[in-house]
Amino acid sequence: MEFEAVIGLEVHAQLLTDSKAFCSCTTKFGSEPNSNTCPICQGMPGSLPVLNRKALEYTVLMSLACNCRINEISRFARKNYYYPDLPKNYQISQYELPVAEHGWIEIDTSSGPRRIGITRIHMEEDAGKLIHDERKPFSYVDLNRTGVPLIEIVSEPEIRTPEEAASYLRAVHSILVYLGICDGNMEEGSFRCDANVSIRPNGQRELGTKTELKNMNSFKNVQKGLHYEIERHGEVLGAGGKIVQETRLFDPSTGATVSMRSKEQAHDYRYFPDPDLLPLRVEPELIEKMRGSLPELPREKKERFVRDFGIPEYDAGVLTSERSLAQYFEDTVAIFPNPKSVSNWMMTEFMRALKGQDAGVVSAPVDPENLGQLLKMIEDGIISGKIGKTVFEEMWSSGRGADQIVKEKGLVQVSDVSELTDIIRTILDENPNQVARYLGGKNQLLAFFVGQTMKATRGKANPQLVNEILLVELEKFRN
Amino acid sequence: MSDLYEKTATELASLLRAKKTSSVEITESVLSRIEALEPKIHSYVNIYPDLALSMAKEADQRILDGRARPLTGIPIAIKDNMCLQNEKTTCGSRILANFRPPYDATVVRLIREEGMVILGSANMDEFAMGSSTETSYWGPTRNPWDAERIPGGSSGGSAAAVACGQATVSIGSDTGGSIRLPASFCGVTGMKPTYGAVSRFGLVAYASSLDQIGPFARDISDVSLLLNLLCRHDPLDSTSVPIEHPDFTKFLDKPVSGMTLGVPVEFFSKLENEDVESSLSDARKVFEKLGVKFVELSLPSLDYGIAAYYIIAPCEASSNLARYDGVKYGHRARDFDGMIEMYCKTRAEGFGAEVKRRIMLGTYSLSSGYYDAYYLKAAKIRTLITKDFKQSFESCDAIFCPVAPAPAFKIGEKVDDPIQMYLTDVFTIPVNMAGLPGISCPAGFSSDGLPIGLQLIAPHFGESKLVQLVAAFQKETDYHLRRPAL
Repeated sequence: MEFEAVIGLEVHAQLLTDSKAFCSCTTKFGSEPNSNTCPICQGMPGSLPVLNRKALEYTVLMSLACNCRINEISRFARKNYYYPDLPKNYQISQYELPVAEHGWIEIDTSSGPRRIGITRIHMEEDAGKLIHDERKPFSYVDLNRTGVPLIEIVSEPEIRTPEEAASYLRAVHSILVYLGICDGNMEEGSFRCDANVSIRPNGQRELGTKTELKNMNSFKNVQKGLHYEIERHGEVLGAGGKIVQETRLFDPSTGATVSMRSKEQAHDYRYFPDPDLLPLRVEPELIEKMRGSLPELPREKKERFVRDFGIPEYDAGVLTSERSLAQYFEDTVAIFPNPKSVSNWMMTEFMRALKGQDAGVVSAPVDPENLGQLLKMIEDGIISGKIGKTVFEEMWSSGRGADQIVKEKGLVQVSDVSELTDIIRTILDENPNQVARYLGGKNQLLAFFVGQTMKATRGKANPQLVNEILLVELEKFRN
Repeated sequence: MSDLYEKTATELASLLRAKKTSSVEITESVLSRIEALEPKIHSYVNIYPDLALSMAKEADQRILDGRARPLTGIPIAIKDNMCLQNEKTTCGSRILANFRPPYDATVVRLIREEGMVILGSANMDEFAMGSSTETSYWGPTRNPWDAERIPGGSSGGSAAAVACGQATVSIGSDTGGSIRLPASFCGVTGMKPTYGAVSRFGLVAYASSLDQIGPFARDISDVSLLLNLLCRHDPLDSTSVPIEHPDFTKFLDKPVSGMTLGVPVEFFSKLENEDVESSLSDARKVFEKLGVKFVELSLPSLDYGIAAYYIIAPCEASSNLARYDGVKYGHRARDFDGMIEMYCKTRAEGFGAEVKRRIMLGTYSLSSGYYDAYYLKAAKIRTLITKDFKQSFESCDAIFCPVAPAPAFKIGEKVDDPIQMYLTDVFTIPVNMAGLPGISCPAGFSSDGLPIGLQLIAPHFGESKLVQLVAAFQKETDYHLRRPAL
């Protein structure tokens, strides 16, 4: 029997607000434990939450970017459970009435673009962190992260393969980062994902029993975890067994999932409306203000790049995967208006160099102006394309401009015909055997002579001229 | 001249302004009264003589500098559930027995800014859950009129202190009657303002959607001064309503002729106590003499008030009290094996029986599968109660009714019968459910000399009407002037 997988994803994204969701503490990462706390996020008796306006604006922004319907009235609810990193022993979240519902985003799949439904987007507060020291009989609690605003983005169970899941996550990630409302850092946990997965025989409408996967902290691990889980479901059902509804942890070291808790052990969160926070009314004016501040989103930008710049879809996809990368591309094109050449360079040299460093596009040592200048020097024949690559590397490591490097290192292309002719004649004279074989019909040997010429000029010879002169000079040997 | 501790804030303020006394003198008088009566009454959990005297000195300086405000230099007791920075705030519970908040509640900040003198924290039912102040971890407070009896609750300490001169005024909190009931039982005037009128920031929560802070005093003039201080918008409390409150003292001398009071038949049909009945009927005559008209009205949904309250309040409490887990502050069990046992033992040791009962009630009602039948249904009843009241106010300015079915009962009489205890609040609970302002005003005495209170309920933010009506009543009567013989 053929099975198909049914996958739904829950994304938790930390919002890039300066202060926490319900108090004025800073959200700064990496401070001394418990230094960014106050009676409110410490859950002191008598303290009360007041909603951070910015967090609401960011949630509305994401909701609009995901084509959601924004509820005029939404409600905060308490999710009750005991854990030492949750000082009130309840999390302020949303339950029955989230900020937004009924949206969709478009993703790329192997069979073309597809819409994935967004069930809901809601706001909540993050929990703190426990720090365990194996040598001690107790654990430490750090509440710096407690109360940092999160949004949860829940997809419809419309994803069919682990690859689609990864594509969906990349799309959500890139929208969040485009909007500037989340830094998208998966390792630090500012972008987290849980997955619900089940399988069913092809053609069957009703859903199979699902399991929930947690602890997948990269796009690759989401894919791996889902593959493992789908296969596991298949094996269990294939052997006539039953899937147990449970939460499972992905283990990145083995690529396997292991049971964490079953449905019977599942928490009863006893949700109810938080009486400390009034029903949240999202004013139409706020929605319009946010709509007005929506930037061009990744997919729109990609389409525009293909249409206006004539670059391949794949390249456009890569270049628009990050807002800063796309901006870099457009800035470079503004200086050197040959989009295809800019795209080629960015897809190869630039991306390679970028991968080698931790910082992002914004802090790249070669800025668009410098890259544009380099490309112009190549186009003008001042340096060869090959030398260009060396110059680029030098620019990247030193942070200096192309012309400066070219001048200093004497890399200007040799385009003087008489100078090149002299060099070539010398080479031909020194290699009579090769010349004879060439004249005997071994045309491939042309590359050998080009190579020798390049070697003699330390790569600075204008390749086109070298070719032309070689052909002329070799012919002279026929007589 | 009578002792300073017997005087009202209004009287003391004019003496202070006339430099006929000092805040230090007043504070010393009240502190010695506290010392004398505390073994018998036990109004306080913690008394702060040093703090009080230093605040009094500061107040005297302010008066001297001409920077006095209306209540500068007046001693006040604060219910033990309002955060007082660096001083113990225990909520009448073992679980917070050693808790010192790192911050002031907004009302405490306002009291400090006014230059009032903080005497100490007043005793209360544990976490404000109770009608008798018997559930306090620190032992019960006794009724100054009869030490065998309870003072009412949960703000029993705040009410008793004012009744017997252990404080000039006080503040308490009212979730289901916790200001009005003890005010009635102790013969003082106490008001629960509209939900959202007084900031809850720093009030240790029992049931957040019902809790409201309000004043106790010996007469309505003092109540109006405290309302002027307490009723204001607080950006730290999302449920605080941003409206301009009037100067409540302006309503002390307004005639009430032509006003209409509504008499809910459901309330009076339940009355079995003759003393309460005759006090209420005498009070009605006083108002009628003043030109107030009476109309009968029906509030049918009130019958479900207690049932709905004992779903909603415990639900909220079960969540509000979850934070007392031994992890961060307060009591932690000594011996335990692992985290879960630490939680269990800490809470088993830290909470008293009534608090545990309500936590269990609430946890059960919110459980998956029961939510609709309990919490949701109770929320609907709450809406109906609010609607009933709203409709009533179309035909009257305020509602006239008893505070409690009977005067103060004996210590121990109902403590083992929760249902009987809960029924004490039958007339006060609906007011919290609808978020309305309600006041308890001394209106008579039982045959054995126990105070009986009259309750007036106004529409949202109708505190000024209550001040106006009670002021007119107190000009015609002397119940509020009588003091217990101690």
